[in-house]
Amino acid sequence: MTRAGAAALVGVAGAAARAVAGDDTTRTSSIFAPVSAPADAAVTAAMLVLAITAGIFVVVGGLLTYGVVRFRQPPDDDGSEPPQVYGSEQIELAWTVIPILIVVVLCLVTARTVYDVQGATKPPGAVDVTVVGHQWWWEIRYPALGIVTANELHVPVSDPANRTPTFLALESADVAHSFWVPRLAGKTDVIPNRRNTMWIEPRETGLFLGQCAEYCGTQHAHMLLRVYVHPRAEFDAWVTRQREPGVADASVAAGRHVFETTACINCHTVRGTVATGRFGPDLTHLMSRDTLVAGAAPMTPEALRDWIANPDHVKPGALMPAMQLDATELDQLVAYLGTLR
Amino acid sequence: MAVLDPTIAAVHRDAERPSVLTILHEWVVTVDHKRLGLMYIASGLVFFLVAGSEAAIMRLQLALPNNHVVSPQVFNRMLTLHGTTMVFFVGMPIVLGFANYLVPLMVGARDMAFPRLNAFSFWMSLFGGCLLYFSFLGAEGLYGGGTAPDVGWFAYAPLTARAFSRGNSTDYWTLSILVSGIGSIGTAVNLIATTLCLRCRGMTLGKMPLFVWLNFVVACMILIAISPLTAAQIMLTLDRFLGAHFFDTQAGGSAVLWQHFFWIFGHPEVYVLMLPGFAFASEIIPVFSRKVIFGYPFMVAASVSIGFISLGVWAHHMFTVGMAPAGNTFFAVSTMIVGVPTGIKVFNWLATIWGGKIRFATPMLFCIGFLFQFLCAGLTGIMLAVAPFDWQLSDSYFVVAHFHYVLIGGLLFTIFAAIYYWFPKATGRRLDETLGRWHFWLFVVGFNLTFAPLHFAGMIGMPRRIYTYQPGRGFELWNQIASAGVVFQVAAIVFFSWNVVRALVRGAPASADPWDAWTLEWSTSSPPPPYNFETPPVVRSRRPLWDVKHPDDPDWRYE
Amino acid sequence: MSAPSAIGGTTPAWTLPDRGRVGIGGLILAESAVFAIFVAAYVFYVGKSLSGPTPKDVLDLPVVVSILLWSSSLTIHVAVRALRGGAVQSFMLWWLVTILLGAAFLAGTGAEWHRLIYQDGLTIRTNLFGTTFYSLVGLHAVHVIVGLVLLTIVLVLALGGHVTRAHAERADTLSLYWHFVDAVWLVVFLVVYVGAR
Repeated sequence: MTRAGAAALVGVAGAAARAVAGDDTTRTSSIFAPVSAPADAAVTAAMLVLAITAGIFVVVGGLLTYGVVRFRQPPDDDGSEPPQVYGSEQIELAWTVIPILIVVVLCLVTARTVYDVQGATKPPGAVDVTVVGHQWWWEIRYPALGIVTANELHVPVSDPANRTPTFLALESADVAHSFWVPRLAGKTDVIPNRRNTMWIEPRETGLFLGQCAEYCGTQHAHMLLRVYVHPRAEFDAWVTRQREPGVADASVAAGRHVFETTACINCHTVRGTVATGRFGPDLTHLMSRDTLVAGAAPMTPEALRDWIANPDHVKPGALMPAMQLDATELDQLVAYLGTLR
Repeated sequence: MAVLDPTIAAVHRDAERPSVLTILHEWVVTVDHKRLGLMYIASGLVFFLVAGSEAAIMRLQLALPNNHVVSPQVFNRMLTLHGTTMVFFVGMPIVLGFANYLVPLMVGARDMAFPRLNAFSFWMSLFGGCLLYFSFLGAEGLYGGGTAPDVGWFAYAPLTARAFSRGNSTDYWTLSILVSGIGSIGTAVNLIATTLCLRCRGMTLGKMPLFVWLNFVVACMILIAISPLTAAQIMLTLDRFLGAHFFDTQAGGSAVLWQHFFWIFGHPEVYVLMLPGFAFASEIIPVFSRKVIFGYPFMVAASVSIGFISLGVWAHHMFTVGMAPAGNTFFAVSTMIVGVPTGIKVFNWLATIWGGKIRFATPMLFCIGFLFQFLCAGLTGIMLAVAPFDWQLSDSYFVVAHFHYVLIGGLLFTIFAAIYYWFPKATGRRLDETLGRWHFWLFVVGFNLTFAPLHFAGMIGMPRRIYTYQPGRGFELWNQIASAGVVFQVAAIVFFSWNVVRALVRGAPASADPWDAWTLEWSTSSPPPPYNFETPPVVRSRRPLWDVKHPDDPDWRYE
Repeated sequence: MSAPSAIGGTTPAWTLPDRGRVGIGGLILAESAVFAIFVAAYVFYVGKSLSGPTPKDVLDLPVVVSILLWSSSLTIHVAVRALRGGAVQSFMLWWLVTILLGAAFLAGTGAEWHRLIYQDGLTIRTNLFGTTFYSLVGLHAVHVIVGLVLLTIVLVLALGGHVTRAHAERADTLSLYWHFVDAVWLVVFLVVYVGAR
């Protein structure tokens, strides 16, 4: 099966899914639609092993089917026993040696791919990102650029002539997680007291979806990832905007006051204010993100209001407490947060 | 000639129905390997219904995106209990129960080597299962945090640390497995001693049935593999209760160390579960093909090799943990190597069928299903051994599909085959063939309908252990088909349960040797008397009853 | 149906291993695997403690208690040999000496732990060394305690006149467990105490 064939299969599956879901904004995260070198390597290895196993399946399954049909007890059987065949050393040798040869081929390909992906050197133009897994959201830091955001990773597209892959350092603030965006790379676990690294090198722009892939507690299912791959200029513009401190809009001073005098500042950071908490996501440019609550809610004022009013209602088990704000405070706070573009 | 158990016969002669209490007492104090074996299997089947219900709840929740059948907390407990129960309180008891019942009979012995240890092991095993489910009541703990454990069946650190798992639910997970692990080790010691020390005259190691060989390998693996889990759980308990730092990442401890210890147990464990399935197939396929097993010495060698090699593949569960390339490569290679003896066994079963006269009784139907499905399982296993492919597939529904093809498509199908095959021997009654066919076909359809689509769900990015998923990712279709399959599986189990109950109450009587088989258990009555054999058997070949039935053409001329 | 019988020829003597030995061998195999994991954890965490006393700081070679424990392997061997020969009194004496040597070992371990906890401030929760040290040595001590309990039961039975030459095999099987406990101490001694230097 060629890559085109696999992609076609995925396309059919996607179409079928759309047909059932009735949703025309489907976004596949199929491992067979890679747009980045590590994901390509996985597909190449996959194609080889799929071809080999398909061959084995056809041969062995075919023999099994034939055997089960051909050697049925005849209806007019005389009850005699068929010839008893105790074994054959030659046959045993044959079906030991052939699998070993297949294994040798697979081992060589596997070893080569493993060393290629894990041993990749970082070119000078690479973007460095540190991803910190939390229960149940992703902290995303660009140490060299002075940016901190959450759940949505922005990277530049990579041009083969002038490579700008993104190298990620993975750390955990609490339990084991796993960073998985299938179209960009295989997953790498995010483990406390251990610094793992991985890299992606997207060659297409667009939005690519993923999520946590290591069971990490109650809301493991809602630790979604969105990776935005931009053309270089767009990425640079995004970086510039993200580096600015939080918007200081006087018209929402009341909401800012609520924010700064409730315990919000203990967990959240808004650069340029007294809020320097690290337990929860950085909110400096909250409105620049497309989703809330690590993908569990859309970025709308209503959703934001619901979330702050009662987090456990939106994401049961979430570690953000309900701050018992009254309706007015809530409106003011949402208005303030709405200015943090 | 059907000889009833003399004890029961004597009681009936007294024309006084034994009271329920008397019967209960007999079963509770028994050290008879046959009764203990039946109790193991019965308790395993009960837990099977419980764990199956947990799975049905999960499939109901996952049938639609953003579903609200159960809360995330309940779902996570379901997934933990389902895995833990199926591995430790369904799989282990059933395979060890069959070993308990059949190994002494097949080697011509009167009982296991240590009958009282046998009883102790069973009750420990059962107690462990009860302890796990007691957590629903007892695990509130001082902090009121949680009831049943919700840390997944492999309970990765540091999710299991006090800080992240409040209350005592995790401790119930630990203790229930620790307790039943003691039972498993006891049974393993018993099996090894029985196999080495109680074989009847003439039965050299090279003349034992493959069933006995495979369970011997399993017993050795249990001794080596369960202990790492016991050790790791002691360490976890020390962490949680005495402030130790084995897996405390804040104090410099390593979360990956837990993974190593767990999988050093976990991988051999899945072979401990599967090898008895191979044992069932190796006894049943020859009888219903009317041919001797092809390549006995190679089957033995392959089984022993699997036992050894499986001790060195564990980190293929950890390809994504960030091991060095050398480590990933080593475990990829060892994992592919263990596929070779496994494949050899499949080829030998195929060669056994080849040129035979296949009778499609229910046991054989299940074995044929096993052969096809285990082939699929083995091939997806080879795919997962290719580490770079595994970096995508690990922790996704592809893995879930793979191991359910192994454990249901492989193990459960052979367990069903074994139940249909040996039920007449154990009870003196026959199961109904028509009901058996309904059971088989409904289950084949239901099982494949549920688990085949999950391969694709994994390949398009659906991770494991999520209580819900978003629409628009493409997961819906596969999940809907998977959930639909549950209906067929439930129906199949209904047919099976009805078949068993009906047979126990008014099934047709079974002779000593209803299938025209060749190993020693068929030479005694159905059910066997408590002492198994009137006179200790003496054998000269691997198929003693073939020699008796074919005195002009005995096996020992060709072995 | 009669049992199948050998067809023709004489069958040679049919001797199989003693089930007691095989059984204790299985138990020893399983317990060795448990200890192997604790040793692996100890070795893995050497030098990784973030703070607190290190092995070199606080551990002295436990020469005396080790000699006492390893001697008990000799004495139990002598006891079993005596029982094989029917010398029950001699057996009881050497068996008692074994128990006393084991108890002395435990007392020595207890004294060492007392010093470590109260003088050196090392507990199981102090650091990774404390965790792995106490769990490994403690696991061994638990096995010594279990062994002493079993040995004492046999001694009490012997004092009551219930142990004879016919029980020599069983005593030998039990002594295998005791030898195992001593062998584990050799490993612990080398890995923990000698390795600390």
